[in-house]
Amino acid sequence: MDELEKLFENYDLSRDNLIPILQEIQEHEGYLSPESIALVGKKLKIPNSQVYGVATFYNQFRFVPKGKYNIQLCRGTACHVLGSATVLEEFEKHLDIKAGQTTKDGLFSLEVVACIGACGLAPAISVNGEVFAKVNRETVKAITSLYN
Amino acid sequence: MMDTQTQKLIDYCLLKKNNEELSATDLELLAELKGEKTSKVKIYIGAGTCGLGAGAAKIKLAASKYVAYNQIDAQFIDTGCIGLCAYEPIVDIHLPGFSRISFAKVTEENIQTIFDEVFVNKAPRTNVLGQFPSEERQWKNVNNIYDFPFLKPQKRIVLQNCGKINPVKIEEYIANGGYTSYLKAIREYTPAEVCDIVEKSGLRGRGGAGFPTGKKWKFAQTQEANQKYMICNADEGDPGAFMDRAVIEGDPHRLVEGMAIAAYAVGATKAYVYIRAEYPLAIEHLKVAIDQATKHGIIGKNIFDSGVDFEIKIKTGAGAFVCGEETALLNSIEGKRGMPRPRPPFPAIKGLFGKPTIINNVETLANVPDIIRNGSQWFASIGTENSKGTKVFALSGKIRHTGLVEVPMGTTIKDVIFSIGGGIKENKKFKAVQIGGPSGGCITEQNLEIPIDYDSLVKVGAMMGSGGLVVMDEDNCMVDVAKFFMDFIQRESCGKCTPCREGTKRMLEILESITTKPRTPEDSIERFNGILQLERIANTVKSTSLCGLGQTAPNPVLSTLRWFKEEYEQHVFAKRCPANVCSELKRFIIDNDKCTGCHACVRKCPTNAIHGTPKGTHYILEHDCIGCGTCFSVCKFDAIYIKT
Repeated sequence: MDELEKLFENYDLSRDNLIPILQEIQEHEGYLSPESIALVGKKLKIPNSQVYGVATFYNQFRFVPKGKYNIQLCRGTACHVLGSATVLEEFEKHLDIKAGQTTKDGLFSLEVVACIGACGLAPAISVNGEVFAKVNRETVKAITSLYN
Repeated sequence: MMDTQTQKLIDYCLLKKNNEELSATDLELLAELKGEKTSKVKIYIGAGTCGLGAGAAKIKLAASKYVAYNQIDAQFIDTGCIGLCAYEPIVDIHLPGFSRISFAKVTEENIQTIFDEVFVNKAPRTNVLGQFPSEERQWKNVNNIYDFPFLKPQKRIVLQNCGKINPVKIEEYIANGGYTSYLKAIREYTPAEVCDIVEKSGLRGRGGAGFPTGKKWKFAQTQEANQKYMICNADEGDPGAFMDRAVIEGDPHRLVEGMAIAAYAVGATKAYVYIRAEYPLAIEHLKVAIDQATKHGIIGKNIFDSGVDFEIKIKTGAGAFVCGEETALLNSIEGKRGMPRPRPPFPAIKGLFGKPTIINNVETLANVPDIIRNGSQWFASIGTENSKGTKVFALSGKIRHTGLVEVPMGTTIKDVIFSIGGGIKENKKFKAVQIGGPSGGCITEQNLEIPIDYDSLVKVGAMMGSGGLVVMDEDNCMVDVAKFFMDFIQRESCGKCTPCREGTKRMLEILESITTKPRTPEDSIERFNGILQLERIANTVKSTSLCGLGQTAPNPVLSTLRWFKEEYEQHVFAKRCPANVCSELKRFIIDNDKCTGCHACVRKCPTNAIHGTPKGTHYILEHDCIGCGTCFSVCKFDAIYIKT
């Protein structure tokens, strides 16, 4: 918590910094815990309900920790047309989790995200920011094994 | 740290002074910054997001190993995307005394061969894209890169520097004429004059709706306020669109300059870039660009003694599609839920923090420097009567050459898809192209000849949108496509107004019901009821929603209903998906002649829909089958086929 306290020093404690602050907390902690939400409310003098209201509105914020390797699967049009649904299915089967969940060992989390802008290489996924192009059912295992 | 020589050149380029003082070495350096010459070996790696996805990082590693092993003193430069996504990874080599040569589809295997030849001054036969025009020695038998079929029909204004210059080096941007338009604007024109020039040029918003940019600026310019804001909308959320990302990654200074001019024109001193968090590289490049511009006094207080102040802040979006709508974006910057506000008052009158605000899209702003430099007449001479200039399209889907293309308005869709894009992959049959993402519509074969401009697209039930072109072939099911967009929109609907929140959900349910198999008699009735209501709901949502998201949300449904009614009917009446995409409507049949009765499919079938004794005849009970295709993939004897 002390570390989190420090983070507020870089910001004006005004409402328009609410989202940037939440983003930075998530970057540090990996997710938004009830404690950090309460801290933000206290610091910015905004009711916790409103902090939650904003945080839950945006897809970026998560309320459970993510895995060591976060797999983001693109659900854009181009990826869809080229079979991203089967890729998702294969990831879910292979990791035995659903989209939005984290594996029991905490190694992988699976997330379906809006278009990541690599439409020319669809279907695309990104693992901790590293983009993999033209993913298909067969390459799913190979990709996850890179991170074991 | 900047050396004095570079500083002198920048002053020369920007302020047109020190003209007579340029020595031979100065000119040499200037040519180098312009990219016309080079004093050492330069290796350019196409390292935009798409290049990196195609393996640019590995190629860079292989290339640096090569030069280290061969003791070549080479400089590596990461460039943005030239737009040829299908040809990534792209590597350019610029040898002293030679023109810059570009290679496509470089792999860790072929890079050795390519480099071996280049470094003995021989042009390789394979993988060559072309060479950049220059006065240096030309490579033999290598074409001008701009004659490459994908690039030749293009007219690049917004993308002119992408893939060419080092995006994070302001000196290169300035050497190529950058920031002179901004200086021209603040020194030679009043804000009202800048608005005039942009209005006369005919530039319209490239974000989708196509509102005349100059007009928008004038609204804000004439407002009296102690603070005005300029916002760049880089929340490029449309699935299938990535032109804004490419511009910011490949030429961030162009955006900064466009924003600076826009801010001056309306009298705004503070600007925000609202950019998606999904674009980390673009954010990084933009940050660097803003820092560099600040260091050179292009952004800051009293810019070049003109009395003009200007600052830019980056706001990272948090993943909400609706924030691409301008009033929702304002709420998001203010730290609220990104829900749209009713208009009027329009943002130009009462926007961010209640102050006059203009919001422009990335591509729109990227056009502005060239309009100021070359004049409104020049810009107005490109394009059609009511749509001036060029438009960048992101080509993706079942097309041979995916990538970014910039063409003059009025080019036909056919030219873009077949001449530039190279037609459909695997010689399949073209079915439709989806333009404008979830707010747009489909263009079918009979409308391929229409020129691309704002008005003619609306006539055929589509819209320009941000410019994503997703090409579909005979293997795509149009009902599935409509369902995909509806699923997207209903998830992203912010929930503020009822028509959009409820209507999109109902439309999705109807589309889901007709793409799945009815299980009960009630299901069957529901399917018919649904399709009868679909068009009515769509029209209601369109005419009664609060913001642009809801008003355009039914477009994919209305457009597919209009052009592919038959396909809908097949789904509803025959419970068949002609393209065999909707898995529940697939019919799997066992060929009794081929079936050996191995029983493998029976064991794997998740719904126990397959019956038969081992070594006997097997059959699938259609009623129980969910069309998952497990039996199809598990059968070793090709005894199971899909009935078409």
